[in-house]
Amino acid sequence: MLIDCPWCGERPLHEFTYGGDANTTRPLESTNKDPGEDLAAWMDHVYLRANPAGPHKEYWHHVSGCRSWLIVTRDTTTHIIDQVAFAAPRAKEVQE
Amino acid sequence: MRYSARSLLRNALSGQKHWPKVWREPEPKPAYDVIIVGGGGHGLATAHYLARNHGITNVAVLEKGYLGNGNIGRNTTIVRSNYLCPANIAFNDHSLKLWENLSSELNYNVMLSQRGVLNVFHTPAQRDAAIRRGNAMALQGVDAVLLDRKDVKKLVPIIDTSAKARFPIMGGLLQPRGGSVRHDAVAWGYARSADAQGIDVIQNCEVTGFTIENGKVLGVQTSLGAIKAKKVAICVAGRSSLVGAMAGLRLPIESHVLQSYVTEPVKPILDTVVSFGAAHFAVVQSDKGGLVFNGDLDGYNSYAQRGNMQTLTSAAACAASFMPCFGRLRMLRHWGGINDMTMDGSPIITKTPVKGLYFNGGWCYGGFKGTPASGWTYAHLIANDQPHDLAAKFTLSRFETGLTLNESGHGPMPGEH
Repeated sequence: MLIDCPWCGERPLHEFTYGGDANTTRPLESTNKDPGEDLAAWMDHVYLRANPAGPHKEYWHHVSGCRSWLIVTRDTTTHIIDQVAFAAPRAKEVQE
Repeated sequence: MRYSARSLLRNALSGQKHWPKVWREPEPKPAYDVIIVGGGGHGLATAHYLARNHGITNVAVLEKGYLGNGNIGRNTTIVRSNYLCPANIAFNDHSLKLWENLSSELNYNVMLSQRGVLNVFHTPAQRDAAIRRGNAMALQGVDAVLLDRKDVKKLVPIIDTSAKARFPIMGGLLQPRGGSVRHDAVAWGYARSADAQGIDVIQNCEVTGFTIENGKVLGVQTSLGAIKAKKVAICVAGRSSLVGAMAGLRLPIESHVLQSYVTEPVKPILDTVVSFGAAHFAVVQSDKGGLVFNGDLDGYNSYAQRGNMQTLTSAAACAASFMPCFGRLRMLRHWGGINDMTMDGSPIITKTPVKGLYFNGGWCYGGFKGTPASGWTYAHLIANDQPHDLAAKFTLSRFETGLTLNESGHGPMPGEH
């Protein structure tokens, strides 16, 4: 499997580390006094996954290359990669 | 027909022409008391124990492919109960006890070979962990023996126990009752027994949806039409998330591929199941003579029943470092199985929010050894609508309450367990 890093170009799998499902969103800092009210959101973020057979948006870290975090859309049945993008813009979006 | 020395002799004398079919090939009936979705090892075991332990025989097992096509025929055939968490030790040792009697119970030779399972260690910290694990097992009456380097050399002479080894070996933890089983015989034996007790095992019948009304399951839709059922039990291993989603379940599971490798066959050289301590690697010699290896998960979500080259290379490097005499062997085949990896590395056997719908999955790569106990406890849950004591902790709610069963101590990273 080759991943087309937007900075480094096509690089082999062993340069990368998998970072898991990129569809979950970390809950924002709680304003609830009772933390139990946030439980469902945390449960969803930490534990629950769609785990699709088909296109999957996921994090990869180009750890032996430019060290960028990437969001890769890969088919889990064929390993064909559709899209590779930097993760940083999405992180900014979520923060705002 | 009962298999015995007499039936063998009779058929030998009549030219082996009169053996009956091992199981029927029934058409699905319009309705059943229980439908089991998935005819893998666990589904077939569940069917067998539903009939044997609970007298429930109006049951269908629906398998989308053919028997033995999934993980029951893809694993590395190892059985053991050398766990650390009390719930996992008790469950897997019950399983091992069922393995010990399975051939006679099923009247089908599953070729259990209790040749011992040895996990070697290389560092003082690993030795401490092995002692702790051995003590946890001994506390529950499970056999565990601590070996030093000389004992390891004596038990398995082909291991490189020299000080020059890349990862010098200090000793090992041995479970003498552990061993290996002929895995497809397990599928065939359970299927034959379930069939003989009146259960319909239906192959090439894919479940495509569930009929659910007012929070209660009424049946399933399949590639052979709709079938009604009072109770429906999901048991589909690597496809758990997909089948669960048809019933509206969102599960703490990711599917990952685990590869197995087999070398060309050689004469008997290894009579113990051995695992390496410096990396994920285990080896067992099959009855045909091939050395069967397994290593790490490929490391990312996958539904492809095949693996990547770097994981294969790493397993081969472990083999050559651990037992240098394997360095000249040629790899014959490699394949992958889809593992339903949970967020804590332990399985799930539970009721679901849908009434009459049950879920059994999340076996990670420990599914094969757990087959008999999984069937035993799942049948209990389906029959009584109450979890069996041995599986009472394998809930879905444990993730919410924090009572996870985390053997390896990794966090919610399914690919790391």
